[in-house]
Amino acid sequence: MSGNTTLPNDPLIGRISWDAVPMAHEPIVLWTFIAVVLGGLVMMAALTKFRLWGPLWRDWICSIDHKKIGIMYMILGLVMFLRGFADAAMMRLQQAMAFGDNLGYLPPHHYDQIFTAHGVIMIFFVAMPFVTGLMNYLVPLQIGARDVSFPFLNNFSFWMTTAGAVLVMISLFLGEFSTSGWLALSNLGNQSGSTGLDYYIWALQIAGVGTTLSGINLIVTIIKMRAPGMNLMKMPVFVWTSLCTNALIVASFPMLTAALVLMSLDRYLGTHFFSNDFGGNAMLYVNLIWIWGHPEVYILVLPAFGVFSEIVATFSKKRLFGYTSMVYATVCITILSYLVWLHHFFTMGSGASVNTFFGITTMIISIPTGAKIFNWLFTMYKGRIKFDLPMMWTVAFMCTFAIGGMTGVLLAVPPADFVLHNSLFLIAHFHNVIIGGVVFAVFAAINYWYPKAFGYKLDVFWGKCSFWLWLVGFWVAFTPLYILGLMGVTRRANHFEDPSLQIWFIIAALGAAMIAAGIGCFLIQLVVSFFKRDQLRDESGDPWGGRTLEWATSSPPPQYNFAFTPVVHDIDAWWDMKKHSYQRPLTGFQPIHMPANTGAGVVISGLSLVLGFALIWHIWWLAGVSFAAVIVASIIHTFNYKRDFYIPAAEVVATEEARTLQLARHV
Amino acid sequence: MFQSKEIRGPAWLAAAALIASLTGCSKAVVLNPAGDIAAQQGQLVVTATLLMLIIIVPVILLTLLFAWKYRQSNTEAEYDPEWHHSTALELVIWSVPLIIIIALGALTWISTHKLDPYRPLDRVSETKALAPEIKPLEVEVVAMDWKWLFFLPEQGIATVNELAAPVDRPIRFKLTATSTMNAFYVPDLAGMIYAMPGMETQLNAVINKEGVFHGLASHYSGAGFAGMTFKFHGLSNEGFDAWVAKAKAEGQPLTRDAYLDLAKPSERDPVKRFSSVEDGLYSKVLNRCVEDGKMCMHHMMAIDAAGGEAYMKAAGLNLPQDVCTVQNADRVVALLDQRDQPGAVAQQ
Repeated sequence: MSGNTTLPNDPLIGRISWDAVPMAHEPIVLWTFIAVVLGGLVMMAALTKFRLWGPLWRDWICSIDHKKIGIMYMILGLVMFLRGFADAAMMRLQQAMAFGDNLGYLPPHHYDQIFTAHGVIMIFFVAMPFVTGLMNYLVPLQIGARDVSFPFLNNFSFWMTTAGAVLVMISLFLGEFSTSGWLALSNLGNQSGSTGLDYYIWALQIAGVGTTLSGINLIVTIIKMRAPGMNLMKMPVFVWTSLCTNALIVASFPMLTAALVLMSLDRYLGTHFFSNDFGGNAMLYVNLIWIWGHPEVYILVLPAFGVFSEIVATFSKKRLFGYTSMVYATVCITILSYLVWLHHFFTMGSGASVNTFFGITTMIISIPTGAKIFNWLFTMYKGRIKFDLPMMWTVAFMCTFAIGGMTGVLLAVPPADFVLHNSLFLIAHFHNVIIGGVVFAVFAAINYWYPKAFGYKLDVFWGKCSFWLWLVGFWVAFTPLYILGLMGVTRRANHFEDPSLQIWFIIAALGAAMIAAGIGCFLIQLVVSFFKRDQLRDESGDPWGGRTLEWATSSPPPQYNFAFTPVVHDIDAWWDMKKHSYQRPLTGFQPIHMPANTGAGVVISGLSLVLGFALIWHIWWLAGVSFAAVIVASIIHTFNYKRDFYIPAAEVVATEEARTLQLARHV
Repeated sequence: MFQSKEIRGPAWLAAAALIASLTGCSKAVVLNPAGDIAAQQGQLVVTATLLMLIIIVPVILLTLLFAWKYRQSNTEAEYDPEWHHSTALELVIWSVPLIIIIALGALTWISTHKLDPYRPLDRVSETKALAPEIKPLEVEVVAMDWKWLFFLPEQGIATVNELAAPVDRPIRFKLTATSTMNAFYVPDLAGMIYAMPGMETQLNAVINKEGVFHGLASHYSGAGFAGMTFKFHGLSNEGFDAWVAKAKAEGQPLTRDAYLDLAKPSERDPVKRFSSVEDGLYSKVLNRCVEDGKMCMHHMMAIDAAGGEAYMKAAGLNLPQDVCTVQNADRVVALLDQRDQPGAVAQQ
């Protein structure tokens, strides 16, 4: 059952051998490896030359500042996004080539790893870090807090997520990744003795610790640390969606952990939870993983809804329509998301009544979701809409997501699902909601909050190039998949027999190329904006005419966010303050109590990474040592009493005076 | 300028839908299949989509309209920054989707029960009722790594990667798999259904046109998955008889040994035919006991249901610690059968 039978097992290095190094026989991997090594060397040389190792360690890696951690999450998401997209591009190329006698350039074993890695990376190491990064950066600012409730935990969560991502990246160069699809069809993967599924298990388990802890952290932050006057029904909608998302994380990630623990018991100790014989049952795994998997979809999309709610109100210069119904819609979606998991496998043959129940609960979710779309719509109504980049992404989202939602409800009708399940129509549907919803939201959010985080706006020209290439590229890439689905073409195939289908895959590949260009324009946008930062500078701290508290402070905000905790009287607190001609306090500053940086998070996460690696390769002595080290390091951390410090009043005064001067310059 | 371009997204889809419907006759098989069940499912796709378009089209149009009308440069449009609530409007935006979902929910309830794959057919096609004397064609399907094995018990034959059925005769599939989950899908015939090891699913369908149709594995199952396709032939009664006769004439018998040979993983296998099938082979495949010395799952479950090993001991059946030979299993099941007859256990 486990891998011992197929791979050598040396007591010192476990299952590692020359055969486990794929670049020895796969040129694609070899070139990637060379590029990674060269890139890494250049970066290390640059860090050394500019003497940045110290600042990098002190100010970023050890930072417990929620803003820096938020930015680091976004960087992690972006780096992994490039990897995940490279996988997507390789799949598009393979499917555009492999017809009839042409088997394409990827053998099944490689192709299967690529689509598995694409799904795993895009969900766990792209969408999740993006969403968590946004919540980390924005939630404390929007509720008028100075940091999250548990700042060290926040740093630790980030590094655990990164450790998971690093494990996935290691699998590219040592051993192989899972070939069992992004949710690891367990009785398929379990039959293989290779390391792929072990990489999958431990990458997700380690990252899952980070995700769960950051969920707890943000819930506590939102419940306990809101500025005075901000009761729950005065919170910005983004904070509401974050609260619901983190409640979903805390309630659903243990399910993933449990499913993966059972699967690892099967693999490591020879139990039979999901095996074919001895009473095991893979259907159990499918249920467990989707009980987590469906809430996960809403974990990603709810913050996206929050982002659009903020943007649409700001750029329509108008209060959000139907705040209360927006909040209730969010809560409804949160609860209902637990009652729909079976719609991912209507075709398992559960019987008509069970299928009907899950079909109808799924459809019911579309009611609050529809209400949200209407609320954004009527926020625009009687507004004064300024079409900056974030608003362009928002309108594109509303049109794109409406169609993705419709195809989703269609798939919720069980007999319709019987003909569309596992088809490319399904692939088109969930990319339609995840790209049209989450990815568009991330780009909208980056364009919207970038000036807050870095003090200058992003360049508009390259932003527009990126926007149009993404939007058009998306439809060119995925419309053919909808059509192919209606032709009965199913997913995950690395080869097709019918040559008449090829034209659609070529069109889809062109769409992917346009998206690639869109990503390129986005990267250029970042670089160009950096060099034009003096022209694009935001002196006011409120470049868009914002409504929520993050715009009340400077861009970028000082370490302590707010010199005085704001007092909230209404929804859209900052808008309300501006309306009542708020005067920034200029005197009376006190020392500010702040948490201190620590290296414990990165150390414990690094040790967890070693533990995961040792377990994957069956290096038992190393697993034992690193596990003990994790425990010891955690205990040592509890004896660290230098956990906080005061920013002296003089320093606060200096920072605030600089801001006064800056504001004067702006006017 | 922005808004006129913005319309591109939906326009793409509309254009695509148009193309799909234009090429529909030949290619969009889901909307235009050759079997009654698939046809009803395809019809449902269209009906549900139209029902939802009632709300999706206005939403998209209103989005574009508002985006255009309330743009910043249009100072003639009304601007009311504090307007953020309207009970009447809220009622509409919650109740209209609710009404659509009630309609769709009713449709779902009815169609899910009517098109339940386990439900025997009650008609042959939209225009043709089912004659009561016609019994469905039984087909037992095994998804293997990576080929399809079909047993036709009535005809006593088996085939690999090819299946045929007479036009307008209902077909009753029973499906299982050997090693990993898979799904059986003939888009022209009916929607897909999972085939899972150690379990049996069912599918009832009928083909209404003669022809050769594409069948495939629609659930990823490992390296040979993409090549795991087969041809499904819709034939006249005579044609079907000839197809069966061909298997009988050309094929070898499918014994347990031949099956075990077949079960070894292989890719893109050519069509194979078997003239006869060893008794109870499908049941052994389903219960994962084709190999010598493996206890069948239904036997194991029967023992467990009776109370497990402890019960057996109490009933005077001293089982070896490790019950895993066919002989053991057969003996136990024989005793269980006896027990089920009144007074049988007492006589022991």
